[in-house]
Amino acid sequence: MLLTRRVEFSASHVCRIPSLDEASNKRLFGEAANPNGHGHNYIVEVTVEGEPDPITGMVIDLKELKEIIDEEVLVPMDHRFLNYEVQPFDRIIPTAENVASEIWSRLDVRLRHSSAALHKVRLFETADLYVDVTGEAA
Amino acid sequence: MIAITRRYHFSASHRLHSPELSDAENARIYGKCNNPYGHGHDYTLEVTVSGPADPKTGRIVALEDLDALVSEQVLSLFSGRNLNLDVAQFQSLVASTENIVLVIRDLLLANWNSYLGRGAARLSRVHVQETARNSFEIAVAARSEQTESKYKLESEYVSR
Repeated sequence: MLLTRRVEFSASHVCRIPSLDEASNKRLFGEAANPNGHGHNYIVEVTVEGEPDPITGMVIDLKELKEIIDEEVLVPMDHRFLNYEVQPFDRIIPTAENVASEIWSRLDVRLRHSSAALHKVRLFETADLYVDVTGEAA
Repeated sequence: MIAITRRYHFSASHRLHSPELSDAENARIYGKCNNPYGHGHDYTLEVTVSGPADPKTGRIVALEDLDALVSEQVLSLFSGRNLNLDVAQFQSLVASTENIVLVIRDLLLANWNSYLGRGAARLSRVHVQETARNSFEIAVAARSEQTESKYKLESEYVSR
């Protein structure tokens, strides 16, 4: 059984490759290359997979899931400039793909000790753009 | 596995009518959708591209190039049009959303390499929302022929 929790955080980012010139960055990343950055209201849907516990009827303790998401995603990322304030985005460009993969890695480690396994992370950067990360082989 | 999905919007009109059925059968099967003058929808198209993310750019696909592909090869044909009258593929094909999904998949596959090159990014899903209640999608298999193949999959189309 799958269970999905949705959270939102707001953050700024900039997508640039420092070794490339302005024109190349503009061509690659468009408006997202603006050196001073810009922001999004990111929406994260965290889907876990497990069987309901025969006693509690729950796939996972939602308090526990909420705390994990708070600690790994919302506290470090909400109202932050991802490139300057959240590792590893000082070294890795915070594209939607990389932010989604980082959220997957952070949650996956924590949920390994839980009753439910991480199944999918869906990150909306805007209403018209989202990234899915799953544990399946490509 | 990582995949990115981009949403696009177009408005178009269509009429569900099969020349292989009688007028009475068309009316019975398609109901309101068989109205002779057609009717319209605000369609939402989701195009999903599967990874991996390029280690240098952090991206699966250059969104500008994907936008150009979808805009020039799909939206320019569909947006603001009467699908039955203005889109060649629906001259001989019922303009059901099932068929719209298949036609869009083929248009994307046929033009994929010329817009996006022969990199690792591949089309993995096409999803079309016709109304808030109806949506249709097709998964595109990894080994699908992602070349400039000719438009030739008519047998697969739904022509009920």
